[in-house]
Amino acid sequence: MPVAERDGLKVWQRRTRGATLTRWAAWLVFLLVFLYCWQQISERTLWIFVLDSHKQAWDLGVRMTPPRWTYIGDLWGPLWDTLNIATLGTVLAILMATPLAFLAAKNTTPHPLIRQVALILIVASRSINTLIWAILFVVLFGPGVVAGVLAITLRSVGFIGKLLYESIEEISPSPVEAIRAVGGTPPQVLTYGIFPQVFPAFVGISVFRWDINIRESTIVGLVGAGGIGLQLDASVNSLLWSQVSLILLIVFILVLFSEWLSATIRKAVT
Amino acid sequence: MLDIKDLHKSYSTDVEVLCGITMTLKSGEFLTVIGPSGAGKSTFLRCINGLVDSTRGSCRLKGEEILGLNGTALRRVRRRIGMIFQSHALVDRLTVMENLLSGRLGYTNFWSSWIRRFPQEEVTRAFDLLERVGLEGYEDRRADQLSGGQRQRVGIARALLQRPELLLVDEPTASLDPKTSRQIMRLLRELARENNLAVIANLHDVALAKMFSDRIIGLSDGRIVFEGKPDELEDEILSTIYGEEDWSAA
Repeated sequence: MPVAERDGLKVWQRRTRGATLTRWAAWLVFLLVFLYCWQQISERTLWIFVLDSHKQAWDLGVRMTPPRWTYIGDLWGPLWDTLNIATLGTVLAILMATPLAFLAAKNTTPHPLIRQVALILIVASRSINTLIWAILFVVLFGPGVVAGVLAITLRSVGFIGKLLYESIEEISPSPVEAIRAVGGTPPQVLTYGIFPQVFPAFVGISVFRWDINIRESTIVGLVGAGGIGLQLDASVNSLLWSQVSLILLIVFILVLFSEWLSATIRKAVT
Repeated sequence: MLDIKDLHKSYSTDVEVLCGITMTLKSGEFLTVIGPSGAGKSTFLRCINGLVDSTRGSCRLKGEEILGLNGTALRRVRRRIGMIFQSHALVDRLTVMENLLSGRLGYTNFWSSWIRRFPQEEVTRAFDLLERVGLEGYEDRRADQLSGGQRQRVGIARALLQRPELLLVDEPTASLDPKTSRQIMRLLRELARENNLAVIANLHDVALAKMFSDRIIGLSDGRIVFEGKPDELEDEILSTIYGEEDWSAA
C-alpha cells in the first residue's frame, strides 16, 4: 500500500516499506557476491603476466608492422572464398528460413503442433554457434568451403527464421482480412495481404545476416572450413605477425564494405 | 435479398456476443446498425461473410444458405459480398491500382494475380471507378501516401470493383473528420443507389445514421432493441440502445 494516512493527510510513496527493504537487501547480496568473485578471480590470476601486458602489446605491435604487403597475392583466392561462403550460406539460409518462419508465426501457421516443431528447429539452429557447426561439418564433409557454407547456413536459418516470424506476427491484420473478404485463396492472402507487409523486414533481416556472415566466414577457416581464416590460422601458428596484421586489415576493409552495402540496401527498401 | 434468422455467436462458452439476430434486407436498401462499442456490430457483419464463424443460426443470400460454408464454396459467396473496413484495410506498400484490383482476386487465379495480370475489362472499370470516387490520376501512388479520406475512397472502389450484390460497411468513418465522414457517407449512398446495392453499415455516429439510411437497427448487448425509420429514432430509444443519458442537454 503506497498510500498511507498520516495526521489526516494522504501520503504517497513509490514503494511500501517492505518493498524498499527487500530492494536494499537484494543490492547488498549482489555486492557481496561481486566482491567474492573478484577475490576468487584475483587469487587465480598470475599478476606477473597481466602487469607486463602493455609491454607484450607493444612488442606484438612492433612485430606486426609493417604488414607484409607482398603476401596479398596469396590472399585474393581465400578472400573470394570467404565472400562466397557468406553469400551462398545466406542464400541457402533464406530459402530454408522463409517457409519455416511462416510455419512458426502464430497468425500464419497451419497448426499449433507444426508451429512448435518449427520453433524448436529455429531454437536448435540458433543455440549452436557457427564455429561448432563448422567443426561438425568438417568432420562430416572434410575440410573446405562446403563445410563453411553449411555451417553459415545452419546458424543463419535460426536467426532469419526468428526475426522473420516475429515480424510476420506484427503485421496489421486488417489488409489480410480484406483479401480474405474478397474471396482470395490462401496463397493470394499470403502474396497480397501478408508478404507486402513483411517485405521490408525480409530484405532488412537477410542483408543484415549477410553482413554478419561476412564476419563469421572469416573465422570458420580456423577449424578448416575454408576462407581467409585458414591463412590467419597458419600465420598465427607460424608466428608470422606481419602477415596476421595484413589479414586483419583486409578483413576490416571487407567488413566495412559489407556494412556499407547492407546499410544502403536497407535504406532503399521501405 | 438477405434473410437472417436467429443468428448466435459466442467466442467462449459462457459469453454470447450475438444472442439471436433476426432481420431481413431488401435489395437496394441502405440499412444502418447503431449501438455502443462492444454491442456486437462488427461481429455481426463478419458472421455474414464468414470472417467470423457463427455459432448457430441461418443466413440466406437470395435464398441460398451461406453460413457454415468453407473452402471454395465460402470464397464463391465472399465474391458476391463486398466489405469496407473501419481502418480502410488497404495494403500500404502496394499502389492504389494494385489495391483496387485486389478486389478481383476472387475471380483471378494465383499466377495471374502474382504477376498482376488482370483482364483489361476490369482494369478499365478500375480507372472508371477511380474517377468516380474522385481519385483520377492516383493509380500509381502507394496507398500509404494517401490521406485517410482518400484511402477510404480506394477501399470503396475496391469493394465496388468486386461487383458485389451486398455491401457490408464496418464503421467507414471512424477515423475521419466530420466533413470527410459526410462526404464518404454521401459517396457510399450514391454508389449504392447507382448500382442498386443492398448495404448494411455499422455506424457509431447517430446523426450520420439518421441522415443516410433507409432503415436503422439498434443493437445492444447482442440483441436488436430497435428497428425502424430514421425519424422514429427518439431520445428514449437512444437510451434503450446506449443506456440512460440526457440526449438533449449540452
